Amino acid sequence: MPSFVKRVLVALLIVLALVAVNAMMSKAGLFGVGVPLYQVDLWKMAGINIILAVSLNLINGFTGQFSIGHVGFMAVGAYTSAYLTVYHTQSIEGQLAGVVGAGAAAAIVFVFVILVGALAAALAGLIVGIPTLRLRGDYLAIATLGFAEIIRILIVNINKVGAATGFRGAVDPWPGRVTIPAYTDFLWIGIFAVITIVVIYNIVNSDTGRALISIREDELAAQAMGVNTTRYKVTAFVISSAFAGIAGALYGHWRLPHPNDFTFVRSFEIIIMIVLGGMGSITGSVLGAIVITFLPELLRQLPGGVYDYRLVIYALLLIIIMITRPQGMLGGREFGFNWLKRAQKAPEGEAAKGAAGVPIAERTDPTADPAKEVENR
Amino acid sequence: MRRILLALVLIAAVLGSFGCVTRGTTCADPGGVIKVGVYGDLSGQTSSFGQSTRNGAQMAADEINAAGGINGRQVQLIHEDDQGEPGKAATVTAKLINQDQVRALIGEVASSNSIAAAPNAQEAKVPMISPSSTNPKVTQVGDYIFRVCFIDPFQGEVMAKFAANTLKAKRAAILFDSNSDYSKGLIQYFKQSFTSLGGQIVAEQAYAQRDRDFSGQLTNIRSASPDVIYVPGYYQEVGVIAKQTKQLGIKAPLLGGDGWDSPQLWDLGGEALNGSFISNHYSVDDPSPVIQDFVKRYKAKYNNVAPDALAALAYDAMMVLADSIKRAGGTECTALRNAIAGTSGFKGITGTISLNAERNAVKPAVVLELQSLKFVYKETIQPDATPGTSPSPAASASPGASASPGTSASPSNTNGPAAGNTSTNTAAGNSNAGGTNTNSTNRSNTNR
Amino acid sequence: MDTFIQQLINGLNVGAIYALIALGYTMVYGILRLINFAHGDIYMVGAFTGYFIALSIGMTGPSWGGLIIVLTGSMIVAALVGMAIERFAYRPVRKYSRMTTLITAIGVSLLIENLFVARFGGQGRAFPQLLQDQTYKLFGNAAISKSQILIFVVSVVLMLLLQWIIYRTKVGTAMRAVSFNLNSAKLMGINTNAIITFTFALGSALAAAGGVLTAQYTPNIDPLMGITTGLKAFVAAVLGGIGNIPGAVLGGLLIGVAETMVVGYGQGIGIASTYRDAVAFAILILVLLLRPAGLLGSTVQEKV
Repeated sequence: MPSFVKRVLVALLIVLALVAVNAMMSKAGLFGVGVPLYQVDLWKMAGINIILAVSLNLINGFTGQFSIGHVGFMAVGAYTSAYLTVYHTQSIEGQLAGVVGAGAAAAIVFVFVILVGALAAALAGLIVGIPTLRLRGDYLAIATLGFAEIIRILIVNINKVGAATGFRGAVDPWPGRVTIPAYTDFLWIGIFAVITIVVIYNIVNSDTGRALISIREDELAAQAMGVNTTRYKVTAFVISSAFAGIAGALYGHWRLPHPNDFTFVRSFEIIIMIVLGGMGSITGSVLGAIVITFLPELLRQLPGGVYDYRLVIYALLLIIIMITRPQGMLGGREFGFNWLKRAQKAPEGEAAKGAAGVPIAERTDPTADPAKEVENR
Repeated sequence: MRRILLALVLIAAVLGSFGCVTRGTTCADPGGVIKVGVYGDLSGQTSSFGQSTRNGAQMAADEINAAGGINGRQVQLIHEDDQGEPGKAATVTAKLINQDQVRALIGEVASSNSIAAAPNAQEAKVPMISPSSTNPKVTQVGDYIFRVCFIDPFQGEVMAKFAANTLKAKRAAILFDSNSDYSKGLIQYFKQSFTSLGGQIVAEQAYAQRDRDFSGQLTNIRSASPDVIYVPGYYQEVGVIAKQTKQLGIKAPLLGGDGWDSPQLWDLGGEALNGSFISNHYSVDDPSPVIQDFVKRYKAKYNNVAPDALAALAYDAMMVLADSIKRAGGTECTALRNAIAGTSGFKGITGTISLNAERNAVKPAVVLELQSLKFVYKETIQPDATPGTSPSPAASASPGASASPGTSASPSNTNGPAAGNTSTNTAAGNSNAGGTNTNSTNRSNTNR
Repeated sequence: MDTFIQQLINGLNVGAIYALIALGYTMVYGILRLINFAHGDIYMVGAFTGYFIALSIGMTGPSWGGLIIVLTGSMIVAALVGMAIERFAYRPVRKYSRMTTLITAIGVSLLIENLFVARFGGQGRAFPQLLQDQTYKLFGNAAISKSQILIFVVSVVLMLLLQWIIYRTKVGTAMRAVSFNLNSAKLMGINTNAIITFTFALGSALAAAGGVLTAQYTPNIDPLMGITTGLKAFVAAVLGGIGNIPGAVLGGLLIGVAETMVVGYGQGIGIASTYRDAVAFAILILVLLLRPAGLLGSTVQEKV
């Protein structure tokens, strides 16, 4: 069977599955049967986290650059798209609704604002990326953290998007929608999560991906081999930012965005997901995102006296996992991809063993050492 | 091959964890124990608010159950912690509504959190009563959202009038918390009211929640030489602000709102708070027997801690809910909603509660002066009469209530170095168009 | 003019605290190349320890003796906590990749914060008054309070003490050797583990002093107080050139003053006081782009 037909079939299957799951997650349920709505919330959050983690993995896991400001681009996406929805798209949506019906009109407008959100985030990624990606290792990390905080503080000072109290809808003197419509349902999140995974997977397994991985393994060597490292790093950064923007747009049309949702603590959370799942493993990021979304909520079920200590247990688990399994759950290996796509095998075993395992303290030169995290790939 | 199997097992496990439920109408009264969700900040920065709310609501529920429940049905409160974060407030209310299947919600204190959580309640048609969120936007979320406290336009106006008329202030400086809807709402209405009374706002400075150093803002305020400084923030910051105000040698009194009301305030600000004024819902030293009895019961239940306004409001919120369930004959959602909306003349601890068409309580506010680590009653300011909904001031008049407890034998207000305003019938009161009779409610004239 | 002087005093005050915390970041980074995200929380632990010591010795009123006990006591306890963290969380992951150590640091930070929240609640506590506060008029409206003077004096003394330890003692020489090259230091017979532990103890003690001094000045302490302050102090360390001790002090003071000036004069030029937190980061990014090694840091040539 031609692989094209197969791909279409697989895509169709995925969409069908998502539609079914989405129906189960809706208020009405699939034939009256559905997932408990509290869990629906968590799955939606997990989906958004998957987009964030998988896209951040492109920079941190595959390119070996150390970004801890991912949430800044998510904020850009969330606020740009929500801004459009609140102040600009209402009349267009109304006109469209007359032609194609209300549901389709909302969908078209939503796709449009998501794309604009992604574009804005990509632009922000470009602006941040070009100067900062010259920096190495920890300095890059600090600069990205700084940019993310600056983005957040800028938002805090823009009254038209609700400033420090969060963006819920049109702010007083300006006309617009009173509340941000909750377009995002599980189907949207699921579709974009699948798109993110497929796109990142294809990038990683393309020439670009090889170039990125070569940068991770040894930037100087890559440069010597003729890889335009800066260009590739910026490309990866921009793509990753765009996906963070999509995640933000989805979040912004589900929960009302609030500047406190976009603090550096949230960036840490995304890093925890990819490290826990295994750096440089897409399926690992997916798994990490799901675990980190559900773990604190599962700990909520703890009985009375222990309940107060649930977040202490969470932190302890994190430290213990890092001590006992520093390479994360999947440690750079992919899980189950052969099943989807038998032809291309992810490089494993001997190929490209990272420099991890060397004590950090033994490295004498702080600047010459971009983070090389992946244990086994 | 092994991997395919593993993948299938994993997918099966994930799907299994979904634990499907049958969707039915959640609106009908399931019968049995009445579950009520109470959410608030139990571990975050404003956890004093959340804990007071929890205690107040729990005490009300225990009393209801001891008295045989509502129409013979017991009440079960389910408490959740939102850590004082809007996002978490949305998550925990989703849990309470969908997993615990609560029939009504009580919470939050901070307006920002209530606003974040309210859409969940509205969508699920689970009535939510906020005991103490004063920002107008809270109940604007939808017709299932109520509150049992007054709102910011009134509270801001109360302080503006007090500053302009009683303190004769002409120049006011503002220092507000840019992170909270509560603080932003109050300064908006304070400014409107104060400037319309002929005053001038000479400085406006902002800080962010969790800031610890306010000397930069206060130095600017000092150079504007205001008569009063309006600081409608929460107690943690206010205590420090008061201290730094004194360190910088600023003499102008600080004015605040109900966000100051916490025993913590005294620990933080100490004597530096002397001479400040706040608007509040009720006063713990109110001699009225209803309040004194409440204070006694609360102290007996909770290690001799005196109930702050938030505990009293949470108690009232639970009692209003119980009363409404009784009138609705159950917890069917529309009936319950209509019953809550129809609350009128309910005698609560914090005053007579009647809900208006916007689902807000119309109640008087008290102005308290901070003196030697105590809140001392200054005056009561009545809300403007809203047609049909506000309680008749005359009905609840109780002239004897103005006697000061303990601190003085004098029948009227004893305190107040600010001369010329020891009388409860102040200029502020009289100028209030809606009939601000400051000596009118049975619980108003109090002395702490 | 007096307003400007006042703002300068305010800024230097905040900056002195940042500097004290930044020293710990810079020392640990200099030796382990580890961004110790839990360091801000040590500052909080210091303030809380001071609070509990003051309560347990029954401090009823301000007294110099009490102040000294509280200050040294909390420095000692924080040093022990810092050593424990190094021993039980960081040492096991020291050999792993940088990402792993970073996550461990974040984990430790979350652990300390959440443990304190669970144990003591998240609300602010009032730090007891250890010093009879008094305000001294300088000129015009400008004034300085006793607790501000205390911050200046104690932080300068501690910084001089640190300078002495690092440049005039044997253990200081060993610290510098380890920071220069850990393996060579080991070959020279230096007990590197002990030196690393000592570095953590020293840095933590300084942070704890910062915690007590801040708490004395603005008496609201809560378990999450270390997050923002810690981050700013970290920025200060990078600004001055991470790994560089005078740089950390300079960076701290610069950020403190810049922040206060934004609050003081920002409104006049259209920058709201809520931009205060952005200033530190804006300066940081500028410095990183123009002088990646920080103000006083030395640029290391990349090895091929």
